[in-house]
Formats: sequence, C-alpha cells, structure tokens
Amino acid sequence: MSYVAIADQHAHLHDPQTFLTKYVWSQDHKVIAIQYMATAMAIGLVAIGLSMMMRLQLGFPDTFHFINPSNYHQFVTMHGMIMVVYLLTALFLGGFGNYLIPLMCGSRDMVFPYLNMVSYWVYLLAVLVLVASFFVPGGPTGAGWTLYPPQAILAGTPGADWGITLMLVSLAIFIVGFTMGGLNYVVTVLQARCRGMTLMRMPLSVWGIFMATVLALLAFPALLVSAIMMILDNHLGTSFFMPAIMSLGDTTGHKGGSPLLFQHLFWFFGHPEVYIVALPAFGIVSDLISVNARRHIFGYRMMVWAIVAIGVLSFVVWAHHMYVSGMNPYFGFFFATTTLIIAIPTALKVYNWVLTLWRGDVHLTVPMLFAIGFVFTFINGGLTGLFLGNVTVDVPLSDTYFVIAHFHMVMGVSPVLVVCGAIYHWYPKMTGRMTNETLGKLHFWLTFFGTYAIFLPMHYLGILGLPRRYFAMGDTYFLPDSVQSMNAAISIAALFVAASQLIFLFNLAWSLKHGKPAGGNPWRATTLEWQTPETPPRHGNWGPELPVVYRWAYEYGAPGYQDDFVPQNQPPDGRAPTTHG
Amino acid sequence: MNLMVAAVALVAGIFVWWLAVRRLTTKSWEAQGTYDGRDTAQMAGPAAARIGLWVFLAVATSFFALFITAYLMRMNPEVVKGIDLRDWRPVAEPSILWANTVMLILGSACMQMASSSLRHKRFDLARAGMLAGGVFAIAFLAGQWLAWRQLLAAGYYATGNPANAFFYVLTGLHGLHLLGGLFVWARSAGKMAQGRAVSGATQLSVELCTVYWHYLLLVWLVLFGLLLIT
Repeated sequence: MSYVAIADQHAHLHDPQTFLTKYVWSQDHKVIAIQYMATAMAIGLVAIGLSMMMRLQLGFPDTFHFINPSNYHQFVTMHGMIMVVYLLTALFLGGFGNYLIPLMCGSRDMVFPYLNMVSYWVYLLAVLVLVASFFVPGGPTGAGWTLYPPQAILAGTPGADWGITLMLVSLAIFIVGFTMGGLNYVVTVLQARCRGMTLMRMPLSVWGIFMATVLALLAFPALLVSAIMMILDNHLGTSFFMPAIMSLGDTTGHKGGSPLLFQHLFWFFGHPEVYIVALPAFGIVSDLISVNARRHIFGYRMMVWAIVAIGVLSFVVWAHHMYVSGMNPYFGFFFATTTLIIAIPTALKVYNWVLTLWRGDVHLTVPMLFAIGFVFTFINGGLTGLFLGNVTVDVPLSDTYFVIAHFHMVMGVSPVLVVCGAIYHWYPKMTGRMTNETLGKLHFWLTFFGTYAIFLPMHYLGILGLPRRYFAMGDTYFLPDSVQSMNAAISIAALFVAASQLIFLFNLAWSLKHGKPAGGNPWRATTLEWQTPETPPRHGNWGPELPVVYRWAYEYGAPGYQDDFVPQNQPPDGRAPTTHG
Repeated sequence: MNLMVAAVALVAGIFVWWLAVRRLTTKSWEAQGTYDGRDTAQMAGPAAARIGLWVFLAVATSFFALFITAYLMRMNPEVVKGIDLRDWRPVAEPSILWANTVMLILGSACMQMASSSLRHKRFDLARAGMLAGGVFAIAFLAGQWLAWRQLLAAGYYATGNPANAFFYVLTGLHGLHLLGGLFVWARSAGKMAQGRAVSGATQLSVELCTVYWHYLLLVWLVLFGLLLIT
C-alpha cells in the first residue's frame, strides 16, 4: 500500500447519502471537526457559567445563599478540568486538528476515517459522563482540578461518593478517545501529505498541532495510570496513593500509600498538557500573523525547531508544580533550571512573531487583532512564569492569586484568544460566509480589555498573600479592605467578559445565514485549505485530483508575481495550479 | 522518576533523530517551484496502518513505563526523618507463570511463522500458524487467570499489600492489551478462513498482529522479570 494509495483514494470514498451518514455518523474529517468544536464550546459554556458563580461568591460574599463552600469547590474543580481538558485540548486537537491537517497537507481525509469518527463519539461519551456527575448524589467532585489524594477520595470532600469516580472514568474515556484521534493526526501528517508537501513546507499550524498530538499521546497515559490507581484505591481499598489516615474518626484501612507518587504522575501529564494547549496556539498564531501582515513568517526553521524543542523540554519540567510538596533541594534546582531553559525557545517564538509584524503591511482584521492580543497576553503570562519557575520566589507565591493570574494569562486567556481568532479566520472556509467584522471587533476589545481587568489585578492580590481556593476570606489581618473592593471589581469585569462571549456566539449564528459570501480565499492566503475547488470543501476536499505543492507556505510579497501572495500549489511558470491525478 | 524520564527521553530521542533524518534543516523558502524526487521515496513507504501501530506501541510503552516507574517508586518510598515507610512484601509468584510465559513465546513464534509463510504464499501453513498464535494467546490468558485464582486462594489480596495490588494491576492491564489484540486477530483469522488466497490487506493485518504479539511478549518479559526480582 503506497503513499498515493492512502492520500488519493478518491475512488474508494463513498459519498455519504443519508442525513445520518452525512452529518451525524460522518467519517468526513470536516464534519467531525465541527462536531468536536460544537461539543467543546457547549461544555466550555458550562465552565464559563461555573466561573461566574465563583466570581459572584468572591466579589460579593454573603450575598448569594445558593452558593455554599461545597458548591464553590465543585465549581472550581469542574471549571478547571473542563477548560483544560474538555474544552481546550478537544478544541485544538479534535477541532482544529481534524479540520486543518488534511486540508493543509493536501489529503482527502484522515488516514483512518472510521477510527476518527469513533474518536468523536467516545469524546462525547466522556463529556456526558462528566456532565452526569452534576446529577448524582453528592454532586461532582470538589477535589480541585489536580485531584490530589488523599483528600480527593475521602469523605468530607464534595463529591467523594460518586463525583470523583465519574470524573476519573470520564478522564479515562477521554484518553481512549483521544488516542484514537491522535493516532490519526500523527499518521496523517506523516503519511498522507500531497506531492511536494515536505515537512519543512508545512504551515506552522500543522507543526504545532502535530507536535502537541505527540505530546498528548505520550503524556495522557500518565493521567490514565493515576486514574486507574486512584479508582482502585477508592473502590478496592488498595493503597497506591492512600497513606494510613483517619477519616471522620475512623481509620480507612489504607496504609503506606504515597500521595506524592500521584503528584508526580499527575504533573508528568499536567505540564506537557500546558504545551498541548499552547503549541497549536503557537502554530495557528504564526499563520494568522503572517497572512495579515502580508509577510513571510520570520525564521520559519527556528519556529519549527522551537516547537520541537519546547515539546521535548516540556517532559522534564513537571516538578516545578511541586516545589511546596516537599522534595530534595537538588531536585528543585534541576527543575528550576529546566523551566528557565524552556523559556529560550518560547522567547524565540515571541521575537519571531514581533519581527514578522515589523515593517509588515499589517491588516488589522479581526483574526489579526486576536493574534496580536495573544502575543501581548502570552508575554505577560510568560514573564510571571519566570517568577514562579524559581523555587525561592515560588514558595511564598504558591497557592496565591498570583498563580491564578499567571496560568490564566498564559494558558487560559492566551489560547482562548487564539481559538477565537482561528474561528474568525477559518469560519469563511467552514461555512462559505464571512463573520460580521464590527461585531467581531467589539467582541475582541471587550474580551481583551475585560480579561486584563480580571487577571492583571490578581497579581497584586497574590503578592498581598490572598490565598486561592478559599470560599470566603472573612476578617484576615494581613488583607486590607481594598482587597474586597478589588475582588468586587474583578467580578464585575468577569461578568462583562462572559456576556461579551454572547456577541461571539450571536455573530457565528447570524453569519451562517446573513454573512457576506466569502469566496474561496477571502484572506488571500497561500496555504492549501484556501485553494480547494469548492467552499466549503466537499467530501474528499479536492475534486478529482490532488494538489501538488511547489513552495513553502509563506510566499507573500514575492517580486515578479501579479498578486502579493503565491499559493503553495501555484506552479513556478505561471500555469494554472496543478493537480495530480 | 528516573525510569520515566529515561523512557520519554528515548522516545523523544528517536523522534528528534527521525525528524533530523527528514531534513529539518531544509531552507524551504529557497527551494521553490519544485517538487523534487523526495516524494517518490514516500511512495514506497510503509502503509499507514503500520505507522499507526508503531505510534500506538509508543503510547503503550509510555503507559507501561509509567506503571513500572510507579511500581518502583511505591516499592522504595523516601525515608522521611528516619521513619522507614517500607511496607512492601513481595508476592510469591505462582510457578504457572513460567508455563504462561512459554505459551506467549510459542504464540509469538507461531504468528511469526504465519506472516512469513504468507510472504511465501504458503497459505495453509499461514492459516495453521495464525490459528495456533491465537490459541496460545488464549491459553496464556487462561493461565494468567489461574495464577490469579491461586494467589487469591493463598491469601494474596489486593488490599493486603501494594506488591499484591501491583501484581493484579500489571498482569490485568497486560491481559487487556492482549484481549484487544485477540479482537483484531479474530477478524483477520476470519478473513483468512474464507477462500484459499489471502488478500494484501489481510496479509498486512497478519503482519501487524505479529508485531503486536512480539511487543506484548516483550512487555510481559519485562513485567515478569520485574515481578521476579522484586
């Protein structure tokens, strides 16, 4: 079975006939991508709702009596887990990975379309199991998104009866589903690229998604291992993680288990997870900036190497999440060093984005605004990462709002800005219509300034020592009264930001019918997904013949051409774009 | 943790080496207007399913390596303030495990015979090898089940000691992987049973089953060795 047989299997593509096979049990990567996106965004709205409940309590304590301390911890936990795993991971890899990899690589579909379909349905099952935990006795788990034992499974933690079990089972299902999808993404990139699409001609979006998938495939097993062992501790009474402990006046029967072992396993997954979310964002942002600055990406090779380097390094920094868990000081030194080293390729990427903008013909379209917003926010969040990466600075700041501010800036707001920008950018390809630009700009400015109003002050609250995960502070001697006023202001900003996402959703829905027709290539971009014969692309993407690629993905403003961009499949002598039979 | 880092470093090293082989230094902005002969090399490249299996084996390796790391970390807890927290009491491995190991080796050998016979178009031998490969795998699983029964009868409960719990978890997960392999095996064996000739797709499937059998044999030898020496 050769490479062509995989990539060019048009004869074997049975066009779906019925509504069910076309839109529900579809094996078309584009439909699966949109299913992933819609599901992820739906569960993401739940997570936004939960954060609003948290902000209501923090901004106005003793006002909302339907929020009690148990609820509050459940909101915190579910908000974190949903946002990191079920929204961002699923949206970037399941959503954009599925949509962009075959289109950008010039293939007809993923290499294992059936597996791809199953991957989505397994993901949906994981989401449903997670949602089910809201409706069981005791509610969802309130153990914090890190699910640290022993407290995660002890009576007294909210959701210790059913919630924690459903959470662990849901994560296990998610990992199984993701592995199916991930195999597809990796093998499609490796095996099903069209003619001429060498690895070093791939757009950076594909590079970012590819590397993130590799990370996810290697890191998620750590979460699976810890989930399996925690389920056994909880239900069979083994002592992998559970030490001898008294709970509600009784001994639990556990003895000798190591809670620290769980933390190592969890963060061995947890830190690469940051880059599983960040690398696709890095890749997509590079493409958005290059297209809208009408300029080739600065330092393409460096960008690729940096993606690979960050991916590899991300596996040797995990214990910087555990500086206060008790470890050998030399370990702390080692992990602080690796953490600072990983800043080098990351900073390199930031410089390259800025240098791409430098003297570019910058078009401030909506996707570009989000891309530039990302660079700002990412620098902000990245710099506070340098603080927290150093043991001596981290110890006093650990478990304060400074940490919340840091990770929301760097892996909350930043990737979400990219998600929004990417949706505005590829929506015309997915639907054939443009989104409304005025609404898009309104959405951007409200979101951008709004999130700064939320998270910038949190740095100061953290330096004051305001601890995270507290339901209410009451009278605490080291906190001035202004802390409460600040918290109220943050909550109001948060409500505004949440409400402004409705503009986004309205824009997406309204434009579906009323948006301006987009044409095939509204952003005048070079990459292959904009060169499809139809928009939105049909099943099989390319009509009878596959494209042939002649150049890299960033040929903007090249001399000697009529346009300021040259599509990847444009032959050198000015003939019509070639395809391959 | 060291083992975990080593395993990932190995996988990452292979990955980076592979990327380097793929000419990550190409200046793609200079080589324009061409599609060189490089994709002809890809045309003769391995099938997608083969690459897919190898990627899956990398994932499974990460999974088992992490379990082994957890095993070693749980076995040797850090000594905190002079308090010895070690509570590990090794399992007396039932001798049937040796017989099971032989079953798995035979299964692997039969699968190897099946796929090499297919390459030489000796279909009857291939069918016999394939059937025997699956039967030996089922015998292995049955043997593992008996080992569990014997341990339980001897009072080695999962709650009793972490060594017992790890024994059940590791053998159970290895068995589950083999069970998944048997599902694919049953499909390919079913296709081989129909008609005399064997299609190219089925041949590929047999080859991939063989790789998977070898892989699970390797994992079992590592796990069994670990269980024996600790």
